[in-house]
Amino acid sequence: MTCSKTRSLLSLLSRLRRLCRLAGPLLLVTAAMLVPAAGVMARPSLDEREASLASQLRCVVCQNQTVAESRAPIAQDMRQQIREQLSKGSTDEQVVAFFEQRYGAFVRYNPPWKPSTWLLWLSPFLIALGGLWVLRRNLPGTPSDTLTSEERKRAQQWLEAGQEDHRS
Amino acid sequence: MMRFAIPLAIFLALAAMLGMGLQRDPRNLPSALLEQPAPEIDRPILGQLDPPGRRLMLKDMQGQIWLLNVWASWCAPCRQELPTLQAMSQRDGVPVYGLNYKDQPEKALALLRVAGNPYVSSAIDIDGRVGLDFGIQGVPETFVIDARGIVRMRHLGPVTPEIWRDKLMPAIKALR
Repeated sequence: MTCSKTRSLLSLLSRLRRLCRLAGPLLLVTAAMLVPAAGVMARPSLDEREASLASQLRCVVCQNQTVAESRAPIAQDMRQQIREQLSKGSTDEQVVAFFEQRYGAFVRYNPPWKPSTWLLWLSPFLIALGGLWVLRRNLPGTPSDTLTSEERKRAQQWLEAGQEDHRS
Repeated sequence: MMRFAIPLAIFLALAAMLGMGLQRDPRNLPSALLEQPAPEIDRPILGQLDPPGRRLMLKDMQGQIWLLNVWASWCAPCRQELPTLQAMSQRDGVPVYGLNYKDQPEKALALLRVAGNPYVSSAIDIDGRVGLDFGIQGVPETFVIDARGIVRMRHLGPVTPEIWRDKLMPAIKALR
Protein backbone atom coordinates (compact mmCIF):
# COMPACT_ATOMS: atom_id res chain seq x y z
CA MET A 1 0.00 0.00 0.00
CA THR A 2 2.57 2.53 1.10
CA CYS A 3 4.89 1.22 -1.51
CA SER A 4 2.46 1.87 -4.35
CA LYS A 5 1.76 5.30 -2.94
CA THR A 6 5.41 6.25 -3.02
CA ARG A 7 5.68 4.76 -6.49
CA SER A 8 2.83 6.88 -7.82
CA LEU A 9 4.35 9.91 -6.13
CA LEU A 10 7.66 9.15 -7.78
CA SER A 11 6.08 8.76 -11.20
CA LEU A 12 4.23 12.05 -10.73
CA LEU A 13 7.50 13.72 -9.83
CA SER A 14 9.25 12.32 -12.87
CA ARG A 15 6.38 13.44 -15.06
CA LEU A 16 6.62 16.91 -13.60
CA ARG A 17 10.33 16.89 -14.22
CA ARG A 18 9.77 15.92 -17.84
CA LEU A 19 7.21 18.65 -18.19
CA CYS A 20 9.70 21.14 -16.85
CA ARG A 21 12.34 19.89 -19.23
CA LEU A 22 9.91 20.41 -22.08
CA ALA A 23 8.59 23.71 -20.78
CA GLY A 24 12.04 25.24 -20.54
CA PRO A 25 12.78 25.21 -24.28
CA LEU A 26 9.15 25.99 -24.98
CA LEU A 27 9.41 29.11 -22.85
CA LEU A 28 12.59 30.10 -24.62
CA VAL A 29 10.97 29.65 -28.00
CA THR A 30 7.96 31.77 -27.09
CA ALA A 31 10.26 34.41 -25.64
CA ALA A 32 12.29 34.39 -28.83
CA MET A 33 9.09 34.81 -30.83
CA LEU A 34 8.07 37.70 -28.62
CA VAL A 35 11.30 39.63 -29.14
CA PRO A 36 10.86 40.50 -32.82
CA ALA A 37 7.18 41.14 -32.20
CA ALA A 38 8.09 43.61 -29.46
CA GLY A 39 10.67 45.07 -31.83
CA VAL A 40 8.03 45.75 -34.46
CA MET A 41 5.71 47.29 -31.93
CA ALA A 42 8.43 49.43 -30.39
CA ARG A 43 9.83 50.71 -33.71
CA PRO A 44 9.62 54.47 -33.32
CA SER A 45 7.41 56.42 -35.67
CA LEU A 46 8.77 59.12 -37.97
CA ASP A 47 7.62 61.78 -35.50
CA GLU A 48 9.46 60.12 -32.64
CA ARG A 49 12.61 59.73 -34.67
CA GLU A 50 12.43 63.36 -35.79
CA ALA A 51 11.98 64.51 -32.19
CA SER A 52 14.82 62.34 -30.98
CA LEU A 53 17.18 63.57 -33.72
CA ALA A 54 16.17 67.18 -33.15
CA SER A 55 17.14 66.82 -29.49
CA GLN A 56 20.55 65.40 -30.46
CA LEU A 57 21.48 68.24 -32.78
CA ARG A 58 22.61 71.71 -31.84
CA CYS A 59 20.94 74.84 -33.14
CA VAL A 60 23.81 76.62 -34.86
CA VAL A 61 22.52 80.12 -34.13
CA CYS A 62 21.46 79.75 -30.50
CA GLN A 63 24.25 77.43 -29.56
CA ASN A 64 23.12 76.38 -26.12
CA GLN A 65 19.85 75.00 -27.40
CA THR A 66 19.08 71.87 -29.31
CA VAL A 67 17.26 72.03 -32.63
CA ALA A 68 14.19 70.70 -30.81
CA GLU A 69 14.16 73.52 -28.23
CA SER A 70 15.02 76.40 -30.49
CA ARG A 71 12.53 78.69 -32.14
CA ALA A 72 15.10 80.22 -34.46
CA PRO A 73 14.19 80.05 -38.17
CA ILE A 74 17.31 78.04 -38.95
CA ALA A 75 16.29 75.43 -36.36
CA GLN A 76 12.92 75.18 -38.12
CA ASP A 77 14.76 74.60 -41.37
CA MET A 78 16.85 71.93 -39.72
CA ARG A 79 13.77 70.16 -38.35
CA GLN A 80 12.22 70.32 -41.81
CA GLN A 81 15.40 68.86 -43.26
CA ILE A 82 15.43 66.05 -40.68
CA ARG A 83 11.86 65.18 -41.63
CA GLU A 84 12.62 65.22 -45.36
CA GLN A 85 15.66 63.01 -44.93
CA LEU A 86 13.78 60.53 -42.75
CA SER A 87 10.85 60.29 -45.12
CA LYS A 88 13.32 59.63 -47.93
CA GLY A 89 14.41 56.60 -45.93
CA SER A 90 17.64 57.83 -44.36
CA THR A 91 18.77 56.21 -41.14
CA ASP A 92 19.27 58.31 -38.02
CA GLU A 93 23.04 58.05 -38.48
CA GLN A 94 22.78 59.31 -42.06
CA VAL A 95 20.80 62.34 -40.92
CA VAL A 96 23.38 63.19 -38.26
CA ALA A 97 26.15 62.71 -40.85
CA PHE A 98 24.29 65.06 -43.22
CA PHE A 99 24.43 67.87 -40.66
CA GLU A 100 27.91 67.02 -39.50
CA GLN A 101 29.20 67.35 -43.05
CA ARG A 102 27.78 70.87 -43.24
CA TYR A 103 28.30 72.18 -39.73
CA GLY A 104 31.10 70.02 -38.31
CA ALA A 105 31.10 67.82 -35.22
CA PHE A 106 29.97 70.85 -33.22
CA VAL A 107 26.43 70.27 -34.46
CA ARG A 108 26.12 67.15 -32.32
CA TYR A 109 24.87 68.05 -28.89
CA ASN A 110 26.67 64.99 -27.50
CA PRO A 111 30.29 65.01 -28.59
CA PRO A 112 31.26 61.70 -30.22
CA TRP A 113 33.98 59.48 -28.73
CA LYS A 114 37.06 60.10 -30.88
CA PRO A 115 40.71 60.98 -30.30
CA SER A 116 40.09 64.73 -30.17
CA THR A 117 37.37 64.31 -27.52
CA TRP A 118 39.05 61.66 -25.37
CA LEU A 119 40.35 64.30 -22.97
CA LEU A 120 36.90 65.87 -22.76
CA TRP A 121 35.21 62.59 -21.85
CA LEU A 122 37.98 61.34 -19.57
CA SER A 123 38.74 64.57 -17.70
CA PRO A 124 36.16 64.00 -14.90
CA PHE A 125 37.66 60.61 -14.15
CA LEU A 126 41.21 61.92 -14.38
CA ILE A 127 40.38 64.76 -11.97
CA ALA A 128 38.70 62.31 -9.57
CA LEU A 129 41.75 60.03 -9.70
CA GLY A 130 44.03 62.99 -9.10
CA GLY A 131 41.91 64.01 -6.11
CA LEU A 132 42.10 60.51 -4.66
CA TRP A 133 45.86 60.53 -5.07
CA VAL A 134 46.20 63.89 -3.28
CA LEU A 135 43.85 62.66 -0.56
CA ARG A 136 45.86 59.49 -0.06
CA ARG A 137 49.09 61.45 0.14
CA ASN A 138 47.76 63.89 2.69
CA LEU A 139 45.93 61.38 4.85
CA PRO A 140 47.38 61.12 8.38
CA GLY A 141 48.85 57.77 9.39
CA THR A 142 51.23 57.46 6.50
CA PRO A 143 54.27 59.42 7.65
CA SER A 144 57.26 59.26 5.41
CA ASP A 145 60.00 57.16 6.93
CA THR A 146 62.88 59.29 5.70
CA LEU A 147 63.71 62.60 7.30
CA THR A 148 64.24 65.71 5.28
CA SER A 149 67.53 67.50 5.84
CA GLU A 150 65.69 70.17 7.79
CA GLU A 151 64.07 67.60 10.10
CA ARG A 152 67.42 65.89 10.54
CA LYS A 153 69.01 69.20 11.54
CA ARG A 154 66.25 69.89 14.07
CA ALA A 155 66.54 66.40 15.52
CA GLN A 156 70.29 66.90 15.82
CA GLN A 157 69.72 70.19 17.64
CA TRP A 158 67.30 68.54 20.08
CA LEU A 159 69.72 65.73 20.73
CA GLU A 160 72.59 68.11 21.35
CA ALA A 161 70.45 70.32 23.59
CA GLY A 162 69.40 67.25 25.59
CA GLN A 163 73.00 66.22 26.07
CA GLU A 164 73.86 69.69 27.31
CA ASP A 165 70.94 69.57 29.77
CA HIS A 166 72.12 66.22 30.96
CA ARG A 167 75.66 67.45 31.52
CA SER A 168 74.70 70.54 33.48
CA MET B 1 55.03 77.30 1.38
CA MET B 2 54.63 74.56 -1.28
CA ARG B 3 51.32 73.66 0.34
CA PHE B 4 49.84 76.88 -0.99
CA ALA B 5 51.99 77.38 -4.07
CA ILE B 6 50.68 74.35 -5.96
CA PRO B 7 46.93 74.99 -5.49
CA LEU B 8 47.54 78.67 -6.20
CA ALA B 9 49.38 77.82 -9.42
CA ILE B 10 46.56 75.47 -10.46
CA PHE B 11 43.98 78.14 -9.68
CA LEU B 12 45.87 80.82 -11.64
CA ALA B 13 46.35 78.54 -14.63
CA LEU B 14 42.67 77.64 -14.63
CA ALA B 15 41.63 81.29 -14.24
CA ALA B 16 43.89 82.28 -17.15
CA MET B 17 42.47 79.53 -19.35
CA LEU B 18 38.86 80.39 -18.53
CA GLY B 19 39.62 84.09 -18.97
CA MET B 20 41.00 83.40 -22.42
CA GLY B 21 37.93 81.32 -23.17
CA LEU B 22 35.71 84.29 -22.31
CA GLN B 23 37.50 86.46 -24.87
CA ARG B 24 36.67 84.08 -27.68
CA ASP B 25 33.50 84.40 -29.71
CA PRO B 26 31.66 81.07 -29.50
CA ARG B 27 29.93 81.80 -32.80
CA ASN B 28 33.20 82.07 -34.63
CA LEU B 29 33.51 78.43 -35.58
CA PRO B 30 35.63 77.21 -38.44
CA SER B 31 33.42 76.27 -41.35
CA ALA B 32 33.13 72.53 -41.89
CA LEU B 33 33.53 73.31 -45.61
CA LEU B 34 37.04 74.76 -45.33
CA GLU B 35 39.35 73.15 -47.90
CA GLN B 36 36.35 71.20 -49.20
CA PRO B 37 34.65 71.61 -52.60
CA ALA B 38 31.86 74.18 -52.48
CA PRO B 39 28.39 72.61 -52.70
CA GLU B 40 26.49 73.08 -55.97
CA ILE B 41 24.22 76.14 -56.03
CA ASP B 42 21.89 75.40 -58.98
CA ARG B 43 19.31 78.10 -58.25
CA PRO B 44 17.56 80.65 -60.49
CA ILE B 45 19.25 84.00 -60.88
CA LEU B 46 17.75 87.13 -59.35
CA GLY B 47 16.64 89.91 -61.69
CA GLN B 48 15.43 90.38 -65.22
CA LEU B 49 18.77 91.04 -66.86
CA ASP B 50 19.58 87.40 -67.27
CA PRO B 51 17.49 85.33 -69.67
CA PRO B 52 14.76 83.55 -67.72
CA GLY B 53 15.48 79.98 -66.82
CA ARG B 54 19.18 80.54 -66.29
CA ARG B 55 20.52 79.12 -63.08
CA LEU B 56 23.66 79.91 -61.14
CA MET B 57 25.98 76.92 -61.32
CA LEU B 58 29.43 76.42 -59.83
CA LYS B 59 30.95 75.72 -63.24
CA ASP B 60 30.11 79.32 -64.26
CA MET B 61 32.69 80.55 -61.76
CA GLN B 62 35.37 77.98 -62.45
CA GLY B 63 38.84 79.29 -63.17
CA GLN B 64 38.54 82.43 -61.06
CA ILE B 65 38.81 83.29 -57.41
CA TRP B 66 35.43 84.58 -56.33
CA LEU B 67 33.40 85.50 -53.28
CA LEU B 68 30.03 84.09 -52.37
CA ASN B 69 28.13 86.58 -50.24
CA VAL B 70 25.02 85.30 -48.46
CA TRP B 71 22.57 88.15 -48.07
CA ALA B 72 18.91 89.12 -47.63
CA SER B 73 16.95 92.35 -47.76
CA TRP B 74 15.59 91.69 -44.26
CA CYS B 75 19.08 91.66 -42.77
CA ALA B 76 20.30 95.08 -41.65
CA PRO B 77 24.06 94.35 -41.67
CA CYS B 78 23.68 93.09 -45.26
CA ARG B 79 22.33 96.46 -46.31
CA GLN B 80 25.32 98.12 -44.69
CA GLU B 81 27.91 95.95 -46.41
CA LEU B 82 26.50 96.36 -49.94
CA PRO B 83 28.32 99.65 -50.73
CA THR B 84 31.58 98.32 -49.27
CA LEU B 85 31.34 95.12 -51.31
CA GLN B 86 30.60 97.11 -54.45
CA ALA B 87 33.45 99.59 -54.05
CA MET B 88 36.07 97.06 -52.91
CA SER B 89 35.28 94.35 -55.44
CA GLN B 90 35.42 96.87 -58.29
CA ARG B 91 38.66 98.38 -57.04
CA ASP B 92 40.42 95.02 -56.56
CA GLY B 93 38.76 93.16 -59.42
CA VAL B 94 37.25 90.37 -57.33
CA PRO B 95 33.95 88.97 -58.64
CA VAL B 96 31.27 88.72 -55.95
CA TYR B 97 28.33 86.39 -56.42
CA GLY B 98 25.34 86.58 -54.13
CA LEU B 99 23.15 84.00 -52.48
CA ASN B 100 19.85 85.71 -51.74
CA TYR B 101 18.88 83.73 -48.64
CA LYS B 102 15.19 83.22 -47.70
CA ASP B 103 14.12 86.50 -49.20
CA GLN B 104 11.41 87.77 -51.53
CA PRO B 105 12.96 88.46 -54.95
CA GLU B 106 11.01 91.75 -55.38
CA LYS B 107 12.29 93.08 -52.06
CA ALA B 108 15.81 91.90 -52.84
CA LEU B 109 15.78 93.67 -56.22
CA ALA B 110 14.35 96.81 -54.67
CA LEU B 111 17.19 96.91 -52.16
CA LEU B 112 19.83 96.45 -54.86
CA ARG B 113 18.30 99.36 -56.82
CA VAL B 114 18.58 101.65 -53.78
CA ALA B 115 21.85 100.48 -52.20
CA GLY B 116 23.77 99.49 -55.32
CA ASN B 117 24.45 96.04 -56.71
CA PRO B 118 27.86 94.51 -55.96
CA TYR B 119 27.00 91.13 -57.46
CA VAL B 120 27.87 89.69 -60.82
CA SER B 121 24.69 87.71 -60.20
CA SER B 122 22.71 86.46 -57.24
CA ALA B 123 21.11 83.06 -56.83
CA ILE B 124 17.65 82.91 -55.29
CA ASP B 125 17.60 80.55 -52.32
CA ILE B 126 14.01 80.93 -51.12
CA ASP B 127 13.84 77.78 -49.01
CA GLY B 128 17.35 78.23 -47.59
CA ARG B 129 18.44 74.82 -48.78
CA VAL B 130 21.62 76.05 -50.47
CA GLY B 131 22.39 78.06 -47.33
CA LEU B 132 22.07 74.85 -45.33
CA ASP B 133 24.42 73.06 -47.74
CA PHE B 134 26.95 75.83 -47.14
CA GLY B 135 26.47 75.39 -43.40
CA ILE B 136 25.58 79.03 -42.82
CA GLN B 137 24.81 80.19 -39.28
CA GLY B 138 23.32 83.53 -40.20
CA VAL B 139 23.43 86.30 -42.74
CA PRO B 140 25.63 87.93 -43.88
CA GLU B 141 28.37 85.40 -44.49
CA THR B 142 31.09 85.55 -47.12
CA PHE B 143 33.03 82.63 -48.58
CA VAL B 144 36.29 82.86 -50.52
CA ILE B 145 36.28 80.17 -53.21
CA ASP B 146 39.26 79.38 -55.38
CA ALA B 147 39.56 78.63 -59.10
CA ARG B 148 38.96 74.91 -58.52
CA GLY B 149 35.82 75.53 -56.49
CA ILE B 150 37.41 74.83 -53.09
CA VAL B 151 36.19 76.90 -50.11
CA ARG B 152 39.24 78.68 -48.69
CA MET B 153 37.77 81.05 -46.12
CA ARG B 154 34.51 81.92 -44.45
CA HIS B 155 33.81 85.28 -42.87
CA LEU B 156 30.87 85.64 -40.46
CA GLY B 157 29.15 89.00 -40.27
CA PRO B 158 29.28 92.08 -42.49
CA VAL B 159 32.28 92.93 -44.63
CA THR B 160 33.77 96.28 -43.62
CA PRO B 161 36.64 98.02 -45.46
CA GLU B 162 38.93 96.79 -42.63
CA ILE B 163 37.77 93.20 -42.98
CA TRP B 164 38.27 93.45 -46.74
CA ARG B 165 41.77 94.87 -46.35
CA ASP B 166 43.00 92.70 -43.47
CA LYS B 167 41.20 89.40 -43.94
CA LEU B 168 39.65 88.80 -47.35
CA MET B 169 42.21 90.46 -49.63
CA PRO B 170 45.27 88.75 -48.06
CA ALA B 171 43.54 85.38 -48.55
CA ILE B 172 42.65 86.21 -52.16
CA LYS B 173 46.17 87.50 -52.90
CA ALA B 174 47.66 84.32 -51.46
CA LEU B 175 45.54 82.32 -53.90
CA ARG B 176 46.41 84.39 -56.95
